[in-house]
Amino acid sequence: MVPITTFHYLVVAAALFVLGVIGVLTRRNVVIVLMSIELILNAVNLNLVAFSRMWGNLNGQVFSIFVTVDAAAEAAVGLGILIAFFRNRETINVDEIDLLKW
Amino acid sequence: MNPVLNSGMAPVATPWFFYVLGGLAVASGVAVITRRNAVHAALALIVTLLSVAGLYLMLYAPFVAGVQIIVYAGGIMVLFLFVIMLVNIERSSKERRFNRMWPVGLAAACALMALFVSAIVKGKTVLTDPRTGQALWPDIIAKLPESSNTQQIAGMLYGEAGRMGQYTFAFEIASLLLLVAILGAVIMTKKKI
Repeated sequence: MVPITTFHYLVVAAALFVLGVIGVLTRRNVVIVLMSIELILNAVNLNLVAFSRMWGNLNGQVFSIFVTVDAAAEAAVGLGILIAFFRNRETINVDEIDLLKW
Repeated sequence: MNPVLNSGMAPVATPWFFYVLGGLAVASGVAVITRRNAVHAALALIVTLLSVAGLYLMLYAPFVAGVQIIVYAGGIMVLFLFVIMLVNIERSSKERRFNRMWPVGLAAACALMALFVSAIVKGKTVLTDPRTGQALWPDIIAKLPESSNTQQIAGMLYGEAGRMGQYTFAFEIASLLLLVAILGAVIMTKKKI
């Protein structure tokens, strides 16, 4: 069995990132779009921790803690916006949230 | 600020752990973006987060794995589930899942994947470290000591022995960010401001 190198972790992180991008670009449900953004942030965290292990210091892990804090704040505010919008318009389809379209 | 490298530790897990955890993460990631029911997608995202936490444990990062489980899977996903239950989306589980421009999105994501693969392959074979002359992405060489991981992260965040840590200022800014986010989320959901 080939030993697990940094390359393997980067491939998993790239796959998760691309799956998150597909979810953001193609789904119509706003909650699923927000969950795909969380997938993207998790892929970035995995990248950071893998490189932290490769170089042997803890900077990547501390940075990933900050990314997690930022993801929590962003999820809270995004879901607050979603609830406020749902209260006014009764829809959570991205296609129908088009007030700013010309 | 480099921690002491402990070079005589046995590996923590066999490669099968990586393939199981990585495959589970990618498979439940696919489930997140394809499920029609939002609650199913949220549960699949919880499985993804837990398997990524297992990958962190394999990477000798127990504190980050704990933060991932407690904050992400235990806090953010519970918030998502509450909002999914608040927003009554019975109607949306019977509608179309993907919007009309989904081939364009898929093509853009495939282009992004091709870019990532070329970057990873190129970095593995072409780029070399100017200091040591080895490939810039070697096999995992440094084994971090697992017992004092939390103490070392705390030293970098809070400072130790009377000095400020390397990331103390960023830590204070992050707490300010959380305060602003809490205020924003509370005000956003009030009926009368």
